[in-house]
Amino acid sequence: MVQAILFVVMIIAGTALLSWPLGRYLAWAMDPAAGRKDRNGFTGLFQAIGGSASTGDQTWKAYVFSLLGFNIVMFMVVFAVLAFQQDLPFNPDGKQALEGSLIYNTAASFTSNTNLQHYSGEVSMSYLSQLAGLMWLQFVSAAVGLAALAALARGLAGRALGNFFVDVQRATFLVLLPLALIVSILLLLTGLPMTFEGSIVATTLEGVQQTIARGPVAAFVAIKQLGTNGGGFFGPNSAHPLENPTFWSNVVQTVSIILIPMACVWMFGRIIGRTKHAAVLFAVMLVLMGARVVASVGFEAEPTHAFASLPITQDVGNLEGKELRFGAAAGPLWSVVTTSTSNGSVNAMHDSLNPLTGMMPMIGMWLNEDFGGVGVGMVNMFMYIIVGVFIAGMMIGRTPEYLGWRVEAKEVKFAMLGLLSHGFFILVGTAIFAVTPWGADTLANTGPHGFSEILYEFTSAAANNGSGFEGLGDNTVAWNIATGTVMLLARFIPIILPLAIVGSLSAKRRATESSGTLSVEDGTFAGMLTATVIIVGALTFFPAATLGPIAEHVMFMN
Amino acid sequence: MKTFLASLRITLASMVLCVCGYTGVVWAIGRAVTPQTADGSLIRTPDGKVVGSRQIAQAFTQPRYFWPRPSAVDFNGAGAGGSNKSPTSTDLTDRAAQTVAAYGATADNPLPAELAAASGAGLDPHITERAARYQAQRIAQARNMPVDVVSDVIERTAFAPGGPFTPERLVNVLDMNLALDKLGTR
Repeated sequence: MVQAILFVVMIIAGTALLSWPLGRYLAWAMDPAAGRKDRNGFTGLFQAIGGSASTGDQTWKAYVFSLLGFNIVMFMVVFAVLAFQQDLPFNPDGKQALEGSLIYNTAASFTSNTNLQHYSGEVSMSYLSQLAGLMWLQFVSAAVGLAALAALARGLAGRALGNFFVDVQRATFLVLLPLALIVSILLLLTGLPMTFEGSIVATTLEGVQQTIARGPVAAFVAIKQLGTNGGGFFGPNSAHPLENPTFWSNVVQTVSIILIPMACVWMFGRIIGRTKHAAVLFAVMLVLMGARVVASVGFEAEPTHAFASLPITQDVGNLEGKELRFGAAAGPLWSVVTTSTSNGSVNAMHDSLNPLTGMMPMIGMWLNEDFGGVGVGMVNMFMYIIVGVFIAGMMIGRTPEYLGWRVEAKEVKFAMLGLLSHGFFILVGTAIFAVTPWGADTLANTGPHGFSEILYEFTSAAANNGSGFEGLGDNTVAWNIATGTVMLLARFIPIILPLAIVGSLSAKRRATESSGTLSVEDGTFAGMLTATVIIVGALTFFPAATLGPIAEHVMFMN
Repeated sequence: MKTFLASLRITLASMVLCVCGYTGVVWAIGRAVTPQTADGSLIRTPDGKVVGSRQIAQAFTQPRYFWPRPSAVDFNGAGAGGSNKSPTSTDLTDRAAQTVAAYGATADNPLPAELAAASGAGLDPHITERAARYQAQRIAQARNMPVDVVSDVIERTAFAPGGPFTPERLVNVLDMNLALDKLGTR
């Protein structure tokens, strides 16, 4: 247990420390115009690549329009790559055509940075589909998130939002590409495969034929983790021994999951010129995530309940669905960080987590802002901030302000709409699928755990996370179309609305902060924000949680 | 129209750099620095036949070999997966009862839990050192050799995967079984 605590603390504290210099780099890369000394020389190059649409500042509407246009191209390119994979090169194992609704779901999933997978990589995808389709989207969809955050922060700083086509290139080429290269080298050194040769047939010691799938895994996994994408090269994701072969590859990947989301908070603080405010936000997020890590590691130390009546030792935690090489705490820790950040990769099967452990990933996705996806996590937190300062202002009878901008009815409506749409997608989707054969016929477990499988799937789609209770037989037309559509809506609504809020705020006159202004840099603000997140975010889902994981815990674990 | 043109130009540039360039560089580094693991950690016989991958569990059912953890996909290296059963599921109890019977575990000599729980991908190449020692007697009997020899193989193979962070030592099942077969032919 001492080693488990040490492991968890080292990973989280180490990544938090790394995020500080990276945040500085992100601000330099994404916002070179902020300080005169910080100019980097790439803007001209990116304007040349992007052409005439990439010069000059954009209004929030133009920025959103460009963002959506680029995403339509992303979706169509990958839809085509997946639809014709059987006729395209880099297909050594002869993967066949994919079914239409699965192509829609997969293209939507990777465009929206979700990486929900209703297929199994080594069974269905050619190497070209994996690299030029899915891995390419893992780069550019994460870049879209970073661009959105940079624009939001510039707007709050009282400047023009910038140009989407330049921002998305800055994020892709200056941030994600070099980081992915570093991480992929670390992954090669810790044992990941990287080959274009197809699967190999081995004759085992007992004389049986075993086909072993391989592929260009190291390159794929690096950006999968860094970009909070999470889509695995192989079906079982980072639980697969070739996708995550050693204790140390697991450490590299765990750090890569939370690194950029943490650094995004510092980048936000630097662009708005308020690092102290960023430190408060960082602390709030760290507390919310840390609480779930503690709970998860604790609940998972309970032995597997199904073995209690058999002559099986009860001295280790629940090991069903876990790999031994990562150590005892690695599974529950990963399950929390991957859902805190909208990553969605797994190194243990979440369906087989103890009931209350399995609820921790769901809570992470319900909140979806600590630290959230690359760029968009901080954007989600911005909506909570708007609601939080509004409530605080109402409580003391003062006009609510954020960074000197007057927050009025219109902004609060937009923020609430963004936050409530999240609950709407999850709860309405779950309700429909729980009472129809669309959901009920696809379950792997009965009772409350079966309900949890449906709840988890819609939660994961709406949070753009991508992990799953994978027992669910989700490759059906109903699931593919429902979750595909939820993923797209849940991606763009919480990007468009915050940019609209900034557009509305920056049209007003900015007030100078005085001693009468509510501070956004002290403990009161941190407490207010935490309370807002818990009340608005978590309580929406409490009734659903009682029907799923809590009911299962009460039925079996006491 | 301008929007789509800009999007297509950026698509082209990022395909060239992030897909072709990046993948090529990582592949080349893998070839140069870690060719063995980059290829999938394959183990070959002296005449070049592939016996398996060091990182991928294979099925062992004969009493003379160490047995790996249960696999929900029957050790399918081309379609991996876990059981995805809730730890409260009676399906798991039924499956574990079969494992208990295969090992002949009793209340006095209970089965280590890691040998009853299926791994995440169904391909976990490791078992714990204690799970290996649990099987030593059976292997020694089947091979007609003293238990000490089997224990020696375990001792030589055991390693702590995360150094000080993982007190429980692991052993690679395929490594041990290859070592056992080598003993037999000497």
